[in-house]
Amino acid sequence: MSSAAECTAGAVSAEERFRYLLRLADTSLVLGQRLGEWVGHAPALEEDLALANIALDLFGQARLLLAYAGQVEGRGRDEDQLAFRRDAPEFFNVTLAEQPNGDFGQTIVRQALLDAWQVELYHSLIGSTDEQLANIAAKAMKECRYHWRFSCGWLVRLGDGTEESRARVQAALDGLWRFTGELLTPDALDAHMASHGIAPPLALIRSRWEARLAAALEEATLRQPPPAYFPWHGKRGVHSEHLGHLLTEMQHLQRLHPGATW
Amino acid sequence: MNEDWALYEVFIRARSGLEHKHVGSLHAADARMALEHARDTYTRRQEGVSIWVVRSIDILASDPEEAGELFEPARDKVYRHPTFYSIPEEVKNI
Repeated sequence: MSSAAECTAGAVSAEERFRYLLRLADTSLVLGQRLGEWVGHAPALEEDLALANIALDLFGQARLLLAYAGQVEGRGRDEDQLAFRRDAPEFFNVTLAEQPNGDFGQTIVRQALLDAWQVELYHSLIGSTDEQLANIAAKAMKECRYHWRFSCGWLVRLGDGTEESRARVQAALDGLWRFTGELLTPDALDAHMASHGIAPPLALIRSRWEARLAAALEEATLRQPPPAYFPWHGKRGVHSEHLGHLLTEMQHLQRLHPGATW
Repeated sequence: MNEDWALYEVFIRARSGLEHKHVGSLHAADARMALEHARDTYTRRQEGVSIWVVRSIDILASDPEEAGELFEPARDKVYRHPTFYSIPEEVKNI
């Protein structure tokens, strides 16, 4: 935390703002790419459409955030270059977003954990001192509220459902819970952004996220796992083995034909 | 797939002031899910400002075999059409 204190002393550099914007942008981008993998494979046509809609919302958020990040960086990279021409260590999404889909229940658990986080985060970011970020957050917050309505609805339906659906979502929750510490534990950059009013303090997001999740899990009759140990650092570019494979598929075309357009 | 899911009919109001119109049907486990599916299936391109869903099974439909007695008596009663009035141009949506 001493590095956080050092950071807090100075103004926010373009590099720091750029990196923070990438955390938000990449989380939406990577999560959207994961949801896109369901297209054509969801348990029902209606769910196929629902997951694709959420993915498209997330791509829209990523696009706005990446375009702004590119401006802040000032090296002439646009949103497409940032999305398709960076390697895994240059992605700063939270590690939970890149975790595989698993079964439908696991996708729903991952989605609910991240939706609850994005709802609270974007809600607070509407008051950011960074006006452009505040505008993006205002649009994203409405989308994320619907995403949460969808994922929370399914969490309750599956948790308070059949013996098998309950066992599956509980197993997914137990497996993914260890990634939630990263969402809620500030590092030096988070603290620096908070000290300048660009981002909310993560302690605030933690308390709201925990309350939202606790209520949903209770309704879903699911058992909340013990507090998550925090070894994950996706938001610093240190990822699980899954991100590289995801990027290989997502970036394939632009790597093979740089700058290709429709 | 969907063996436990009921069929719902979906009605969308395109703009405030207009009536809800039938746009199609979908499967869902309950009314809440039907509303969300309707939102995702039928309003993705800004088609609506309000949604109604109703279980298809709750709709009582007329029997095609009774079409004669139900509808044919209206056929020769042209005086029931308000075609003898001129409607001012400012009046929309009639």
